[in-house]
Amino acid sequence: MAQALGRAMRDAMAEDPTVHVMGEDVGALGGVFRITDGLAKEFGEDRCTDTPLAEAGILGAAVGMAMYGLRPVVEMQFDAFAYPAFEQLISHVAKMRNRTRGAMPLPITIRVPYGGGIGGVEHHSDSSEAYYVATPGLHVVTPATVEDAYGLLRESIASDDPVVFLEPKRLYWSKADWNPDSPAAVPGIGNALVRKAGTSATLITYGPSLPVCLEAAEAAREEGWDLEVVDLRSLVPFDEDTVVASVRRTGRAVVVHEANGFGGPGAELVARIQEKCFHHLEAPVLRVTGFDIPYPPPMLEKHHLPGVDRILDTVARLQWEN
Amino acid sequence: MTVQELPGAGASHRSTPPPAWSPRTDAAPLLPDPEPYRVLGTAAADKLDPELMRRCYTELVRGRRYNAQATALTRQGRLAVYPSTVGQEACEIAAALVLEEQDWLFPSYRDTLAAVARGLDPVQALTLLRGDWHTGYDPREHRIAPLSTPLATQLPHAVGLAHAARLRGDDVVALAMVGDGGTSEGDFHEALNFAAVWQAPVVFLVQNNGFAISVPLAKQTAAPTLAHKAVGYGMPGRLVDGNDVAAMHEVLAEAVQRARSGGGPTLIEAVTYRIEAHTNADDATRYRGDAEVEAWKAHDPVDLLERELTARGLLDEAGIQEAKAAAEVMAASLRERMNAEPVLNPMDLFENVYARQTGRLREQAEMLRAELEAEEQ
Repeated sequence: MAQALGRAMRDAMAEDPTVHVMGEDVGALGGVFRITDGLAKEFGEDRCTDTPLAEAGILGAAVGMAMYGLRPVVEMQFDAFAYPAFEQLISHVAKMRNRTRGAMPLPITIRVPYGGGIGGVEHHSDSSEAYYVATPGLHVVTPATVEDAYGLLRESIASDDPVVFLEPKRLYWSKADWNPDSPAAVPGIGNALVRKAGTSATLITYGPSLPVCLEAAEAAREEGWDLEVVDLRSLVPFDEDTVVASVRRTGRAVVVHEANGFGGPGAELVARIQEKCFHHLEAPVLRVTGFDIPYPPPMLEKHHLPGVDRILDTVARLQWEN
Repeated sequence: MTVQELPGAGASHRSTPPPAWSPRTDAAPLLPDPEPYRVLGTAAADKLDPELMRRCYTELVRGRRYNAQATALTRQGRLAVYPSTVGQEACEIAAALVLEEQDWLFPSYRDTLAAVARGLDPVQALTLLRGDWHTGYDPREHRIAPLSTPLATQLPHAVGLAHAARLRGDDVVALAMVGDGGTSEGDFHEALNFAAVWQAPVVFLVQNNGFAISVPLAKQTAAPTLAHKAVGYGMPGRLVDGNDVAAMHEVLAEAVQRARSGGGPTLIEAVTYRIEAHTNADDATRYRGDAEVEAWKAHDPVDLLERELTARGLLDEAGIQEAKAAAEVMAASLRERMNAEPVLNPMDLFENVYARQTGRLREQAEMLRAELEAEEQ
């Protein structure tokens, strides 16, 4: 996936001279995850720029660059490092199109490596998507496959609206049979995908939890459950049609994500499902999420993150009897 | 052109540092003079450009009238709020007049007068404060960024825009305005640091009007002056009398010229005073005495220039009356147009949130449309 993300930026920069990559360490080092490796060498330091270490400054400068017609792609390095940039994000990036009544859209892509599972120490494993999805004016997308990493990042960079691009960092090293010279076309932002068809219940998930859900669906066969797995891919806008169609088909649903449950994206999804699928539901819609705690130390994170067993235990609770 | 090759980027920023830490010795002196720079009433006034000063005078008089009219509109309920710049007009006018057409102005919420002096229709400048729509103009058309209400957050935008223009080879300078309170914000620091590292063609103008709402400068900073802050970033800092429009114009012009010619950013502290309250919501008598206000009134920017120009024979009673008449025309037009009830379309709430409306917004728009139709019946 790391290679696909880098390739997406490279191809976008080659096609469009207004695309600029910027952030701490993105130049000579190629980023702490090497996602931007080679970009400074190929396009020069004015197209792939090592900035001072200051997230509000990085995003604030990107706003000005976008005001002048550039397409900045900024890297926030780690989820929790993006917090100093929140005022720029919420007060300016998300609102500029609206407050100027369309005169000044901001085509900025904000890449945020997020989530746990890589043994990162404190402040390196947050799942902050709830903050982003609660802010009107931002698109929020997160790939779970190599194809999506490339396709969704290309579309984000081309978008005239700001996109918070959440990169599941524990999937950076996931491999796939992927040809960078003829990448497969993928459905765009705002489209969910059924990654595995099934009839017994729907698992709704995204980003780092997709492989876990697919594994759980595989294991569930032994229990006699044929699970459908929906990958949201895009949290804003959210593909309600695909989710609703799936849940109406299966009559049962579990939402799975790493972020804290209370006020998390799953709460919104469950609310929508019960609004739209009430008469089709055979059981309450359940959630498997991270606990409502600050992200735990790495030696304990396996207990916090939704795993196959916890998903299967929750699916078993869908045997609902009034 | 790479960032390293930008003109004016210091040689001290080479990638291989010297073996031991040593202070920069190659840079020009960055410390500001301890006394604010003045022109009016000094020998420096001998070199005043009569044409420019008469224009400044007309704009100052118009600016004072604009302030009075906007404040009156607040009392009539036509404006939700108005942060006055009475006493600070020289800063606002000089900032507007020093820029070329292609340059960009980044105003704070208090700087509507600078936007008006740059040529923006006063009604458009006041749209935000009327509660009509957030930005009443197309920023690209006027090269005036939207008025920024969060403090200092527009400063990094100015840096980014100036940097982008430089990368494209365009001759563009960005002038960013902020108050003394804003210099305490993190974005102020990050913007100045970025600008200096990138040698971006930006001028930072701090209007030190003495108070951040009610908190005096002494409780805002321990620095000797706000201009001193420039030293830490590696850019020149200038301290100037913010009520002296000639000094303001001269110092700003020098900084704009430095930025334009690749010399990088400058921090200017204009020492001035906010004669009126922060806004109509503020009671200034709770935090400052009348004597202080009266002392500053004696150093009024309009009077200062009027006295100087009159004494030098560059302005006569007819000229004064002419400026006042022009200001009245502006005020009458503003008053009349602001008294017209703005017509807003509630359905606009759902426009321009995204380039393509989301399903959720379409649903909510339908809900509002139904509510509006029900109200009509």
